[in-house]
Amino acid sequence: MQRRTILKGTAALGFASMVGGKAAFAQGLEKAKVGFVYVGPIGDGGWTFQHHEGALAVQQEFGDKVEIVWQENVPEGADAERVLTQMALSGCNIIFTTSFGFMDPTNAVAAKFPDIKFEHATGYKRDHANVSTYNARFYEGRAIQGHIAGKMTKSNKIGYIASFPIPEVIMGINSYYLHAKKVNPDVELSIVWAFTWFDPAKEADSAKALIDQGVDVIASHTDSTAPLAEAAKTNGAVIGFGQASDMADYKPSPRVSSIIDNWAPYYIKRVGALLDGTYAQADAWEGISGGEVEIGEITDAVPADVKAEAEAMRDAIAAGTYHPFTGPINKQDGTAWLAEGATAPDGDLLGMMFYVEGITGDIPS
Amino acid sequence: MDMGGINPAILIASLMVASVPIILAALGELVVEKAGVLNLGVEGMMIMGAICGFATAVATQNPYLGFLGGAAGAACLSLVFAVLTQVFLANQVATGLALTLFGLGLSSLIGQSYVGIKPPLTGTVPLGPLAEIPFLGPILFDHDWMVYVSIIACGAVWAVLKYTRMGLVLRAVGESHDAAHALGYKVVRIRVLAILFGGALAGLGGAYISLVRVPQWTDGITAGAGWIALAIVVFASWKPWRILLGAYLFGGITVLQLNLQAAGARIPVEYLSMSPYLITILVLVIMSSGKGKAALNAPAALGQNFHASR
Repeated sequence: MQRRTILKGTAALGFASMVGGKAAFAQGLEKAKVGFVYVGPIGDGGWTFQHHEGALAVQQEFGDKVEIVWQENVPEGADAERVLTQMALSGCNIIFTTSFGFMDPTNAVAAKFPDIKFEHATGYKRDHANVSTYNARFYEGRAIQGHIAGKMTKSNKIGYIASFPIPEVIMGINSYYLHAKKVNPDVELSIVWAFTWFDPAKEADSAKALIDQGVDVIASHTDSTAPLAEAAKTNGAVIGFGQASDMADYKPSPRVSSIIDNWAPYYIKRVGALLDGTYAQADAWEGISGGEVEIGEITDAVPADVKAEAEAMRDAIAAGTYHPFTGPINKQDGTAWLAEGATAPDGDLLGMMFYVEGITGDIPS
Repeated sequence: MDMGGINPAILIASLMVASVPIILAALGELVVEKAGVLNLGVEGMMIMGAICGFATAVATQNPYLGFLGGAAGAACLSLVFAVLTQVFLANQVATGLALTLFGLGLSSLIGQSYVGIKPPLTGTVPLGPLAEIPFLGPILFDHDWMVYVSIIACGAVWAVLKYTRMGLVLRAVGESHDAAHALGYKVVRIRVLAILFGGALAGLGGAYISLVRVPQWTDGITAGAGWIALAIVVFASWKPWRILLGAYLFGGITVLQLNLQAAGARIPVEYLSMSPYLITILVLVIMSSGKGKAALNAPAALGQNFHASR
């Protein structure tokens, strides 16, 4: 009985803070404790590394006004709820969960702690007033990679190491393919689903399988540098891209360019808003123009004219004059998706579960 | 020679490479378990081998010394396990799990300054014209030397366990430590040596990942290979040659499904990915239900601590 009353109480409180909304938030904080939940190790050299760089930037910006805690290698799924609950109970004021698979656990735990702010990366569920989502328009970077891939491939076979079949990844595949196809109509795309975010040996095996099939440009959507290490074994015959982080150790080849996730500005903005009391629920999705997606240096392994074109595309995307998904684009089954000149609405992109015309194979379910 | 766009020779060659770490780690664990000790710290020892091997190879610029360093580093870690379980009689399951956690943390600490460094290359064994033989060449004669070491190690462990006095004593200790003790064998000493051997082999396996398969250091690079090695020991019902078979099956299916995908074959990836685990469960069910020899093959004293006072 008593427990039920308490639950009712919490629910009522949650409701009150929803109604009270702005007023409750507007007080600001003297000192904030900020939690980060990572799917891999900080030393992965990619995805998680970049999030941690963002966390460190927050610490640097606010000094002793913030305290930072983090947990590495948190599995996606039920175990994440335990970690999140523990962080919430330990007095965090705001918690950033940095992988798609933390979406449901984040919302579940957020329901129990209405006074704590939760920020989920790359997801779309904001079931409660204290859950915000943030993402970056990685597909803009993929467009530039696709352009380079289409120009650079000699075998006309390009590859993509995919992690999980979620809109985020499929968006990247489609953007990469469309832009390769645009400059090289003969290009074929091989996709390998690794079903992991982080497993260097498997990522290397995936790259090797692609190389064995004659692929000579590999883009990866997993978190480690292993695919580049595998490409490096071919002595320049196969090139690839840095993913999530610059991966500059593999310059000038096989890494010819990269997508760098820069989370620092967003983290600083959100924690700052929490401290000064201007925090509000948000759904952030910045790209190259907002500085969240950076294109790493295009090395000399790429011919100067291709480099210039790629950089022009980058600048056009940044200026807002070019959208990587501009019609006419058909879906894989041939039905029309975008009409001539139309650009993809964000809603379509965030729920993208189809390949564009020309890609072979099915999306695993 | 193509099946669905895949060259079988290249496929077999790559599955042999992919299986090396788990063959070595599983062989080591087999010897440990044959001596009656259950060391669940394989994952931790592998990753210690991976970083120690990497660090040694980078420092000396010699991949062969790197493998030795990896074996030594992992053996040192297994010594911790040996002291705790054989001298202080700590619970083996708990100590093994702790060893894995400890190994993961320690390797990450040591590895801080090695991120982004490239190790010296481990070349293939020059077998000259043999590698040019169609089909058989790439499968048998075009590998780095650790692939051959893994197969030779399999044969060596098998022969030693089956035909030598040393193997007999080791098995006696694993079947009944009291009887072995009554016969005058130094149970604790033999078990400590077995644990060190297991550690060294797990370290070799780990070093293979960081020096050859993914030539770089990344935190958590083994990503669960140690657990697969543990499963394979059971799958193989403690027989060395079956470890080779089991590891090729595991490695083979992983590589096969990746290759099928790259070749554009329309296959349900999820089912292939889970199939090695399903097979392991199946083997366990068959083993535990049947009254055949396989069911009796687990060392009788497995996981039990020994103290001479009894």
